[in-house]
Order: sequence, then structure tokens, then C-alpha cells
Amino acid sequence: MKALVSLGASTLDRIAALGRATAILTGALFAKPTPMKSFPLVLKQIYVVGVQSLLIILVSGLFIGMVMALQAYTVLVSYGAEDSLGPMVALSLLRELGPVVTALLFAGRAGSALTAEIGLMKATEQLSSLEMMAIDPLRRVIAPRFWAGVISMPLLAIIFSTVGILGGHAVGVDWLGVDSGSYWSIMQATVEFNQDVVNGIIKSLVFAFVVTWIAVFKGYDAVPTSEGISKATTQTVVHSSLAILGLDFVLTALMFGTY
Amino acid sequence: MNDLVTIDNLHFSRGDRTIYEGISLNIPKGKTVAVMGPSGIGKTTLLRLIGGQLKPDSGDILFKGQSIPSMSRTSLYKARRQMSMLFQSGALFTDMSVFDNVAFPLREHTNLSESLIRLMVLMKLQSVGLRGAADLMPSELSGGMARRAALARAIALDPELILYDEPFAGQDPISMGVLVKLIKELNDALNLTSVVVTHDVTEVMSIADYVYILADKHIIGSGTPQEIKQSESELVQQFLHGQADGPVPFHFPANTLEDELLLTGGTK
Repeated sequence: MKALVSLGASTLDRIAALGRATAILTGALFAKPTPMKSFPLVLKQIYVVGVQSLLIILVSGLFIGMVMALQAYTVLVSYGAEDSLGPMVALSLLRELGPVVTALLFAGRAGSALTAEIGLMKATEQLSSLEMMAIDPLRRVIAPRFWAGVISMPLLAIIFSTVGILGGHAVGVDWLGVDSGSYWSIMQATVEFNQDVVNGIIKSLVFAFVVTWIAVFKGYDAVPTSEGISKATTQTVVHSSLAILGLDFVLTALMFGTY
Repeated sequence: MNDLVTIDNLHFSRGDRTIYEGISLNIPKGKTVAVMGPSGIGKTTLLRLIGGQLKPDSGDILFKGQSIPSMSRTSLYKARRQMSMLFQSGALFTDMSVFDNVAFPLREHTNLSESLIRLMVLMKLQSVGLRGAADLMPSELSGGMARRAALARAIALDPELILYDEPFAGQDPISMGVLVKLIKELNDALNLTSVVVTHDVTEVMSIADYVYILADKHIIGSGTPQEIKQSESELVQQFLHGQADGPVPFHFPANTLEDELLLTGGTK
């Protein structure tokens, strides 16, 4: 009986949290737009969450591309199919690894920072003081961060895939001796713009929406103590990662599944 | 009566805990009103109720004759432009300099030119004695300076009502003296109405026109500082003189010590 009660209570808690998250999202999305004031704020946040995440994205992209090429080559060469290295690397990155790994890195690097920042603003009464100044914190604090995340992540994913393909080229062509012409030309012939590139960007947009939403919500909803903020930051990374991997399966099934 | 804020038979509870059981108070225009009481009694909650950040269970809060709890969001935001609140922590925005903090409400709510904003900000900072600190970041300020900077920000839009949340808490005697002087001077010079929530008895008694003492969910005493000092209520006297035990007991409610010790001794 007790177990049943606590199951019910935690279910209700979760539903209530979902409600609060939706309220924050709609409040941020449909806040009265003031382009002259919002634009510089969004720009600043793109710098913070996007530009400052560039290094980790570039380095990870490069190494993942290199590892991919190395792994794929050892398998392909035993079938004499090493010419297919280009499309192999490109398709894996564009369809799968680019959006997913970028989103995971973004959740760890920028998502946790967003949660901690907003949580601390709450703990130090900065959000309350905005409200008392008749300024909606959803419009002033949440909305710019949300939009910056949604704009930045797809761009980061594209950069990730590009660097990865170059890394694959470095290992496959320059080191292992795959023909450079076939690396590029078979890639060009195989990769379709709509099917592969656009679908990858759509995936990335969905991840961006979910990860940034989780990050700003966890910060805004954090218990304003040091313990509460540390818990919220952890939850951002855990929930985002699970959401990314779960959604990736659903999206892949919808986009590439043949059934 | 010419009251800026009227609180009428206010009931408020948080979870299972009742905070107020039918309190009523008036805040006359142009006066400094102090609300005192022991810690944890919900004094800050009262300010949040006046500011419309919390909604009462029942009862009414009138600001210039309009009911705050039943206002629409738009008119609540309009009303909030005429009031401001000095938070206990100051709540300065940590990513902006002192100057930008004070300029913030002006930039958000007015279309004044930057040169005019600069002029106004410097005047506000001058009035709290921090013009020289305009370019510092909040993290470089001492606690007292941060509170003064926050005060400059609070008066940036020339509000009619300022709500002070524990303005003297954790201040050294000098910055306490500075804040007392500032609250008094600003109230007189700008024709403000001030509500000071505090438990620093001597400081606030020296500047308040009227005092309310809150304890145990009710208002237990009210009057001018003179009247309060002569109050016959034991509770008021305990509070004013800082006695450790009295109507407000020293011990948090608990089982008797004997029971508790025997109980732990018996089960283990």
C-alpha cells in the first residue's frame, strides 16, 4: 500500500514538473517580442553557449572522424572495399554521430552551465528582483538562452561532421593510403542532401530544443540552495543524455527505417 | 486616511504551515513603517505578498486602492513599476557593473537616450555615495556597498513605495549607520513611502514613523516607536529587550528531554 502511495505521489510530481516545464517554455517562446532589446541578448548567449563550445566540438569531431576511418578501414580492406571509406565516414557522421555526439557534448558543456547559472540567479534573488522590477524573467533570462541553444547546436553539429570528415580523410587517405579521388567522389555520389544532410540537421534541431529546454527548466525550477543547484546540474546532464539517445532511436526509425 | 498600502484580514499559509492568521495593517503615504518580529515569522513573505509574488489564501492587499491579488498580470507589472524592493542579498546582477545595474531598469522601462541615462545613474549613485564605484563589478563590493548599490537601483525609476527586506542584517555598525541615514533621507527627499522589515530594533525605531510587531501569525503590537516602548505586552517587551526566554520560548517545541533520552536509550 505504501509503495502504491509513493508511486502515485512520484507520478504526480513528475506530471506537475512537466506542467511547470511547459509553462516556462510557453512563457519564453511567446513572450512579447522586443527585437531591439532581445537581439543583443540572444547574440551574447550564442557567444557563451555556442562559440565557447567550439573547441570541444572541433577536437572531438576530429578524433571521432579519425577513429571512424581507422576502424572502418580495417573491416573494409578485408573485403577490398576500402574505396567506400568516404561514404562510410560521411554517412555515419551526418546521420548519427554528428547530431548525437554534439548534443551529448553540448549538454555537458553548455547545458550544465545554463542550469547552474539560472539556478544561482534564483538563489541570489536575481530572478525575484527582475520580477519586482516589472521585468519578466522568462523573457529577459530564459528566452535568450533558449533561442541561443536552439540556434547554436545545429551549427555545432554541422561543424562537428565537417571536421570529422576531414579527420577521416587525414587517416584514411593521408595515412592508410585510400585514394583521395575515390574518397571524395564516392562520398559525393552516395550522400544525398535531403536524406542525409537535412535529416541530420533536423535531428540536431530536435536535440537542441530538448536539451536547452531541460537545461533552462532545471535551472529555473532548482531548489535555491547549493545542494539543490548541484542536483539540478546533474539532472540536466543525465536527463538530456537519456532524452538524446531515446529520441535518436525514434528519429532514426522515422527517417531511415524501412518497414 | 491616505494610505498607500492597506492590508485587510490577510490569511496566508505555506504547505501545512500557517504564516498569517488575519493580519491587518496600513501603510500611510510618505511615512516609514517598520515591521518587526522574530526571525522565521514570515516578514519577507509579507513583502512578497505586497509585491504580488505570492497570493494570499484570503484577505486583500490594496495598493493605491487597487487589489494586488486580483490584478491581471499586465496591471500587476504596471503596479510594480511604482514600487521597488531592496532584497536582503542586494540581488545585483553579477554579470554587470554597478553602473549597468543601476541603469538596467531605466534601459528596460524607458526610451531615454544613453547620455540622459548616464546622468540619472550618476545622480542616483551620488545619492548613495557610490559614484566612484560605478565601474566596479558587484563581486568587488563589500556587503554594505552592495546593498547601497542595490538601493540606487531600487530608486532608479523613482518609485512611490520601497520595500526593504532586512536592510541592516549582517552589516557592521558604520554601514548600518549609513543605511539608516540613507533610508531616512531618501524617504524625506523623494517623498517615498518605505516599509522596512527588520529585527534590528534600535536602528529602525530611530527612523520609523510607525511600527508593527508580528509574532505567532498575528500583529501583537503597533504604534509609534514611543508607544511601542511603553507597551505592556510581555511579548513586545521580550522582543525589544532581546530576552532569551519569555513568551517566545528558548526551546523549539519538542518532547520532554526525559522522554527523548529514555526513548533513544531504550530502543538501541
